[in-house]
Amino acid sequence: MTISILLKTTISILASLILAPILLGIINRVKAGFAGRVGQPLLQPYYDIFKLLKKGLFYSTTTSWIFRWGTLVSLAVIVCALLIVPCGPFPALISFKGDIFLLVYLMGVVRFITVISALDTGSSFEGMGSSREMFFSALAEPALLLALMGLAKVTDSFSLTSIANTLSATNWFNNGASLALLMGTLFIVLLSENARIPIDDPNTHLELTMIHEVMVLDHSGPDFAVINYISALKLWIFSAIIAPVLFPIHTNNIIADFSVWLSGMVLISIAVGIVESSMARLRLTVIPQFLLGATALAITAIVLTWIG
Amino acid sequence: MIWALILLPFGLGVCALLTKNQSLQKYLLFGGALSHLILTISVWQKPPPAVLWGWLAIDPPGLLFLTITCLLFLLVSIYEFGYFEHLENDTEENMDVLIFPSIHTKSLFIGCQLFFLSAMTLVTLSQHLSLMWVAIEATTLASAPLIFFHSSPRSLEATWKYLLICSVGIALALLGTFFLSIAATKPDGSQTNLVFGNLLSNADHFNSQWLKAAFILMVVGYGTKMGLAPMHTWLPDAHSESPSPISALLSGALLNCAFLGIFRVYEICHKANLGAFANDIMLALGIVSLVVAAIFILGQSDYKRLLAYSSVEHMGLLALGLGFGGIGVFGSMLHALNHSITKASLFLLAGIILINYHSKKASDVQGILTRSKALGLLWLFGFLSISGSPPFGLFLSEITIVKSGFDQGRFIIASLSLGLLVIIFIGMATVFLNMTQPQPVLKSEKIHTPPPLRLKPSMLYPPVLLLLLSLVLGIYLPGWMKDLLVNIARQ
Amino acid sequence: MKVQLLLILVLLTNLKLLGSSRLGSSIRTVAIQGSLLGLLPLFIELDSLNWRVMTLAIGTVFLKGFVFANLLFRAINVANVNREVQPFAGYVSSLLYGIVALIVSFWLGQILNLGQLSYSPLIIPVSFFGIFSGLFLIVSRRRAISQVLGFLVLENGVFTFGAGIIKMTSLLVEIGILLDVFVAILVMGITVFRISQECDHIDTDKLITLKD
Repeated sequence: MTISILLKTTISILASLILAPILLGIINRVKAGFAGRVGQPLLQPYYDIFKLLKKGLFYSTTTSWIFRWGTLVSLAVIVCALLIVPCGPFPALISFKGDIFLLVYLMGVVRFITVISALDTGSSFEGMGSSREMFFSALAEPALLLALMGLAKVTDSFSLTSIANTLSATNWFNNGASLALLMGTLFIVLLSENARIPIDDPNTHLELTMIHEVMVLDHSGPDFAVINYISALKLWIFSAIIAPVLFPIHTNNIIADFSVWLSGMVLISIAVGIVESSMARLRLTVIPQFLLGATALAITAIVLTWIG
Repeated sequence: MIWALILLPFGLGVCALLTKNQSLQKYLLFGGALSHLILTISVWQKPPPAVLWGWLAIDPPGLLFLTITCLLFLLVSIYEFGYFEHLENDTEENMDVLIFPSIHTKSLFIGCQLFFLSAMTLVTLSQHLSLMWVAIEATTLASAPLIFFHSSPRSLEATWKYLLICSVGIALALLGTFFLSIAATKPDGSQTNLVFGNLLSNADHFNSQWLKAAFILMVVGYGTKMGLAPMHTWLPDAHSESPSPISALLSGALLNCAFLGIFRVYEICHKANLGAFANDIMLALGIVSLVVAAIFILGQSDYKRLLAYSSVEHMGLLALGLGFGGIGVFGSMLHALNHSITKASLFLLAGIILINYHSKKASDVQGILTRSKALGLLWLFGFLSISGSPPFGLFLSEITIVKSGFDQGRFIIASLSLGLLVIIFIGMATVFLNMTQPQPVLKSEKIHTPPPLRLKPSMLYPPVLLLLLSLVLGIYLPGWMKDLLVNIARQ
Repeated sequence: MKVQLLLILVLLTNLKLLGSSRLGSSIRTVAIQGSLLGLLPLFIELDSLNWRVMTLAIGTVFLKGFVFANLLFRAINVANVNREVQPFAGYVSSLLYGIVALIVSFWLGQILNLGQLSYSPLIIPVSFFGIFSGLFLIVSRRRAISQVLGFLVLENGVFTFGAGIIKMTSLLVEIGILLDVFVAILVMGITVFRISQECDHIDTDKLITLKD
């Protein structure tokens, strides 16, 4: 590996690690703007994480070592996932043919660890949240896989880095409809995996309506800080998959490319904020339809690439 | 001339919708039917030239069905004089079966009938396949309001089934028409005009794959309208729930128009060397129709439904005639003529029975012969005619069709059809004979002499005329009719 | 290019209809589909516009986009129908059927290759998908109005096929077909209204008195 590539990959990892919570801040600011408020400062998620890191740690007596290790292990796994995801023009540290599937499975591992940590507390409340979470993820996973396969078909490459590098304006010209549909599917999966409206409300604390929030109720202090950081990283990863599709611009200037890519990420966060402010949460029984619709969109996109 | 044939009933229909004078409406209907008949007779004398770039013209099959249609229409319009008198006078007794229609519905009824006549004329006259499709769909739409004339839940259900199933079938037929036009594309990419004569002359160059698919779709589509099983499911409901004169028109004229559509595609297939394929499909549908009719006629308790299933049976025979080929085509056309006449007379008689007995169940109708010799005899003769007994006309046409089956070597199918006809005869005989003959009475029981039936002449004469015609056709086929039928079969 | 976009939008409306649960939005979706299809001949012959194509396109958009929706909305308002649709096949099954039908339609599109005869390779898949969706909607939905919508979708599918084939029919026939569909919807709407008056419901599942 040459020094420049090593430098680029380091920048990519550092950028992801440092910049991830900003997306959460942007979403909150957009929601506040829609509600007519000024809202939290953009860097509020950082302040929250630091504040939580200083607090004390409490463990429930019903939990076991799973609960204690869960957060750190999922942090480690998600940083591994981060190693595959490119940051715009900066390539990912690890990229090989088929790493899109590895990404999906790493996300699955994170979800699994969160769920067993929640179940470990022995509370029926968390159990309910876990079952809902697993159900909706089971429906969202085919959509994610199909969408990634659609991207792979359009660009003829099976690695996230090479997909990001291969996508260009000509792809939009040739397969515009497919790419639009794939973006739609990926956006819906983003909303689902990150517990955003219309699938889950991140602000609610009512028993009837929680899905994701309920699983992390028992974490305290530094654990909770890590949980928040992980959710920020998850949002970053999913946005990073969509951003190259949105702005597939490759100039030779690395700074320009990176800023375009960053603006894409910001745009996606703004879109999430708009969706959160304008829709209400769907009824629980309607969510499977919604996710199946996303799968149908992905299949339509793939099928459309056969023709023309 | 051709325009007059189509537009005259349409115009009169619009007038009927606008007037509120009830007797004027009845005379409008009669006048329209009569003038239509006169126009048709003049067409026989001197065939008019084609209009609209050859899209509308008279050709032998069209002329045959046009004649059948307008004859039936005239007789039904005479029948309706008496029918409406009954409806107006007997409201209290008829409440459970016939619901008295408002004046507004009556003008809709007459108007729609005239539109119906106009649409059927358009079907018989159109030479362009797409125009024929438009006309057949128009007949469906014009006849739907006629079925729910007596707005009961049952008739509404029948109308809904009729509308939906026939419209879906006809939409498939449209797809088939598009497929046909693809099949008819010349190798240099230009389209063949969908005018029938044009298609026939160019038929050998057609793409067989697309033509086969087109034939299947069009047979399924128009077969739904015609009442071939397994697409016949709307037929028993619609034909039994509609008022009797409308049932007569539907069974006698509308099914023939759909048959015309199938016949046209059948001819194209034969000219395009797909004759064997077309024959096989027609045979399959014909036999299935006969089987379904036989199953449902046995043990049928509603006499109008029985007549409707009998229509399915005869449509199956028409399909069989086409499927056998050769002289079978002549047999089918003759059968279409005979069946229309006989079935119409039977439905008109059923209407008289319904008005007098107030029930559609055959078990409620007993001993017609004792209460009215005329009606009983007519009902009996009608049964003999429809089941194919000599000397009525249907016997000749059925014999021709079955004989052509044996001629062509299709022994199994022909014998099977004979067997099914026997089963149907048995089924119908039980019902009809039970209705006509009086119940046996024990000597000790008091003999109630039921009152004799009131029969209006205007309601009685049309069925009498039709049955006489059926008898005549069984004995002697006029030369000009025979020439027409041979002409059709020869193509 | 625009033709492709139009056809893909039509396909998406069909998907939405299969997964939709509310009568009001279904009627609007069918109206949108009809308008898109009305614009199809316009986009196909964009370079050789003439009066005939323009009038036909405007007429179709007006009829299918506004008049039908109006008629159907009036029918459900007058019939005082509960707007939710309860089908025989649940929405998840409908969507799964839609996905399978989509794949089958595209496969059929590959097999029945029309080549030069069609304006776009998407014509056959989209039209067949429309036909399959329409048939499924008629069969699986209970409310009579939903069955009318299914019939409209079926007709739209057949129309897509016809419009997409080069120089299909003449003006007269297209007008005839359009008028037929219009009168069909009119008659169906009237029938639904009468059914609701007589039977106090438009649940075709309850119309079972006529049988052998």
